[in-house]
Amino acid sequence: MSIPIPPAGPSTTPGASVALDDKDLEGGLSLWQGAFRRLRRSPTAWCGAVIVALFVVVAAAAPLLTSYQPGSTQWAGDVTTTEIPGPSADHWLGLDRYGSDLWTQLVYGARQSLLYGVISTVLGLAVGATLGALAGGFGAVGGRFGTVVDATIMRLVDIMLAVPSLLLAVSIAAMLGQSGTAVVIAIGAAQVPVFARLLRGSMLAQGKADYVLAANALGLRRSRIVMSHMLPNSMGPTIVQATLNLATAIIEVAALSYLGLGAPDPAIAEWGRMLVAAQDRFDDAARLAILPGVAIAITALGFTLFGEALRESLDPRTRR
Amino acid sequence: MAVPTTTSPTPEPVPGGGAGPATPGAPLLEVRDLRVRFTGRDRAVTAVDEVSFTVSPGQNVGLVGESGSGKSVTSMAVMGLLPRRGVEVSGQILFDGEDLLLADRKRLDRLRGREVAMVFQDPMTSLNPVVPVGTQIGEVLQRHFGMRRKERRERAAELLAKVGIPDPRRRLDDHPHQLSGGMRQRVLIAIALACEPRLLIADEPTTALDVTIQAQVLDVLAELVDEAGAALLLITHDLGVVAGVCDEVNVMYAGRIVEQAPRRPLFRSPAHPYTGGLLASIPRLDTPRGRPLTPIPGSPTQTVPWTDACAFSPRCAHADDTCRTTSPRLEHADGRGLRCFHPLTTPAALTKEL
Amino acid sequence: MTAPTAPETGDALLRVRGLKVHYPLRGRGGRGRAVKAVDGVDLDVPAGSTLGIVGESGCGKSTLGRAILRLAPVTEGTVEFDGTDLASLRGEELRRHRRDLQMVFQDPLASLNPRQSVETILSEPLRAHGLPASTERVAALLEQVGLPRSAARKYPHEFSGGQRQRIGIARAVALEPRLVIADEPVSALDVSIQAQVLNLLEDLQEALGLAYLVIAHDLAVVRHVSDEVAVMYLGGVVEQAASDDLYDLPLHPYTRGLMSAVPVPDPDVEDGRRRLLLQGDLPSPADPPSGCRFHTRCPFRQETRCDTDRPELRLVDVTGAGAGHRVACHFAEDIEAGRITPHEVTPEEAAGEPTDPAPDPVGAAG
Repeated sequence: MSIPIPPAGPSTTPGASVALDDKDLEGGLSLWQGAFRRLRRSPTAWCGAVIVALFVVVAAAAPLLTSYQPGSTQWAGDVTTTEIPGPSADHWLGLDRYGSDLWTQLVYGARQSLLYGVISTVLGLAVGATLGALAGGFGAVGGRFGTVVDATIMRLVDIMLAVPSLLLAVSIAAMLGQSGTAVVIAIGAAQVPVFARLLRGSMLAQGKADYVLAANALGLRRSRIVMSHMLPNSMGPTIVQATLNLATAIIEVAALSYLGLGAPDPAIAEWGRMLVAAQDRFDDAARLAILPGVAIAITALGFTLFGEALRESLDPRTRR
Repeated sequence: MAVPTTTSPTPEPVPGGGAGPATPGAPLLEVRDLRVRFTGRDRAVTAVDEVSFTVSPGQNVGLVGESGSGKSVTSMAVMGLLPRRGVEVSGQILFDGEDLLLADRKRLDRLRGREVAMVFQDPMTSLNPVVPVGTQIGEVLQRHFGMRRKERRERAAELLAKVGIPDPRRRLDDHPHQLSGGMRQRVLIAIALACEPRLLIADEPTTALDVTIQAQVLDVLAELVDEAGAALLLITHDLGVVAGVCDEVNVMYAGRIVEQAPRRPLFRSPAHPYTGGLLASIPRLDTPRGRPLTPIPGSPTQTVPWTDACAFSPRCAHADDTCRTTSPRLEHADGRGLRCFHPLTTPAALTKEL
Repeated sequence: MTAPTAPETGDALLRVRGLKVHYPLRGRGGRGRAVKAVDGVDLDVPAGSTLGIVGESGCGKSTLGRAILRLAPVTEGTVEFDGTDLASLRGEELRRHRRDLQMVFQDPLASLNPRQSVETILSEPLRAHGLPASTERVAALLEQVGLPRSAARKYPHEFSGGQRQRIGIARAVALEPRLVIADEPVSALDVSIQAQVLNLLEDLQEALGLAYLVIAHDLAVVRHVSDEVAVMYLGGVVEQAASDDLYDLPLHPYTRGLMSAVPVPDPDVEDGRRRLLLQGDLPSPADPPSGCRFHTRCPFRQETRCDTDRPELRLVDVTGAGAGHRVACHFAEDIEAGRITPHEVTPEEAAGEPTDPAPDPVGAAG
């Protein structure tokens, strides 16, 4: 049973003709356009977008926001074993344990976190979605060959999934040595199975949809059915997942740095490494841990909010 | 209530069907000026307005309409099942003289299932998938009659047999997914009948069923209402079902009743162009092949607000400027109600014809 | 439309012979067993005429339609279209033949790609078959189904149910097919819209010389549009006759039951009808009853033959029966002559042996 909600939109004016179409003048709104319109009206999306934009601006404009260089230890002399200088006019947030300006470290840290997070997620999405689309496409088309391709790809992905993502990241980082590239590859690789399974699942589901059956009945080529029917209708959840994964990726960048697998150059500010450095001075300078922690949390929150809003706006059930 | 010859004594006296506090002939359910508005974030939508009808004991009343006609909203308002947030309900829903809209939740809970029962369209979602059907019937019996376990089983089996389920004793332990759609619908009817309600509201009870199963279920419903003297409010889009089952028919369009009549006069000479249009547009089994259908143009989503026009006017062949600028009122004559400026037949002409 | 069909003549556009669609059951106890969704069906559709297939959910009518279009796997049998056996075609050859047979779906929204504009929806099949896909052609198609040109720019969700079904029909006729299979073309639509779509289908048939295979559960709809009607029960055709013949003289007990269960929007008819109420539900197609599939629910069931011999669809010798009226019942003549009278079927009997009903097999739904 459904509660019929009476027609949306402007009604016909009195005296309108009995012609079938009463909405000739408007319309032509595709699902993507509609989703974008809903996204623009969503306060959650705005919150997320503003947070993300703020961090992007901070990362991009880092040299303008601080007059110091990141990783400079020129005030190391001011740091003692018992005391780290707190906020002052010269150092808005005080110094860190190595004698660098904390504000500078945080601002430059945004660069690393965002860059690594975005590149690794894009990498994971590209590889994962390709595998998922291949498996889903071949799986939905069926036949012996299709089933074998699907099964082979998915067993491969299953193996990747069986390894805990952090462990996978650790081993890749260990293999490639300590470098930014290793971090990106490690985090990206860990995301591949998520995207592959998600996209394959929605493609298989779309493969059973009536319009795919209709496309078959029309005699469209299989490649076209997969590329222009199944794939576009399956991308929604995967894109949403990518946005949400950005949040996790940023946390994982921090986690890898925390474990000492991040970029080797200590001059590069990075939120995760700042957390590590702060932990044994937590008692006398809690801000050293709290501030990078809060930065990580807020960035992740920004991406999560935006991802959730995107999910809602793409879901046809919320369409009004 | 004509309790089916049961050996198990009911601990609580059961009000006699139709002979309860209501005097004979008095309506059991009287809906007066019902209005339901959904107040959304951006705009408010009036789903049901100016809806008034009565259901008397022993009477089958139909609410007929297409999607968006407000028939289901009306039935949910009567059952008190509309969400409280974002919905404004006004008017009166008198059950046995008591206004259900003023009743508190506790009172409604007592009435629901005990005196008023409901059967929904989708039997799968209305049944709890992890509880055996016998237990689900038993729950109702326990709540309203405080029956003991053994009695409950006994009575549940009787009810299942009554609605035509084969081998009822064995079916008691079945889970809903083990039953076919028709059987599930019958289990729902058995649950609805478990406490011998005085009013049964059936919302599209057979829409999800095949015709041969539909015939069985309608048969069971009609027989039970007949036998127990209860009243039935049937909500459906199917004029054929209404023609076979209902004594009184209310035709709804865009949230208002447009025609109200006993079934024979209604089908013999529909007065509202919408009713007439519906009857002319559906293929009938008993008309020869090739008889052309006369469709109603446009779609049910193509309405104008009732407030300053007839909502059906954009689709009506008889509409003129009056229809497009004035809101018609439901006028009563000769036991029929009609909301139209240009009826297909006048009530007076009708009386003569009959 | 055209003259009634004369079955068994060689000039049928579509000739289906011995068509079977069996879905093997997997898992426990499924070894070697199969859901017999369609189990031996013969049909003929002459060019330009309409064959209706009526039956309840689970009878295999939808699967039959899909198997003819090779959208469901054909286990056995031939689907001859204009002399070519579609069931034996593969790959590119099959793809090219699809042009001649098209389908209209039940749920117009689900059958249209939500991300394509109407223009793309209508031009895509044209391009796939190397036909000119101009704006003019799209506009002409829209006009043909009663939609304005401006509809081309819009997307499926922007239309009402009836309009969406018109788009689905426009897409089906875009390739100028010779046969259109319409699977429940109006059952998802509002009552007041159904006649618009039925009339449109008739107009198009006249204008384009189409043959239709209309699959529906609603006997009134099928009778209205079809020259000839086939009644299906549990994977097989139990009766086939010209539309009016079938209504005037239903011979199979199942047809009688089905017909008496269809409500008619007329109280006088409803009150005066003699009902032949069928008991019980459809048995599982994975484990169909022996002999006549209908014998478990049949009020005319006899002690002999019914539960052992599966009756063939045969021409009957009954006065008043039209030429080509065929029934799959051993005792059709005796029932019609009144030599066999109906007896009560208890729900227990109709349910068959006390075994748990098999859960609905996936993909076998009607």
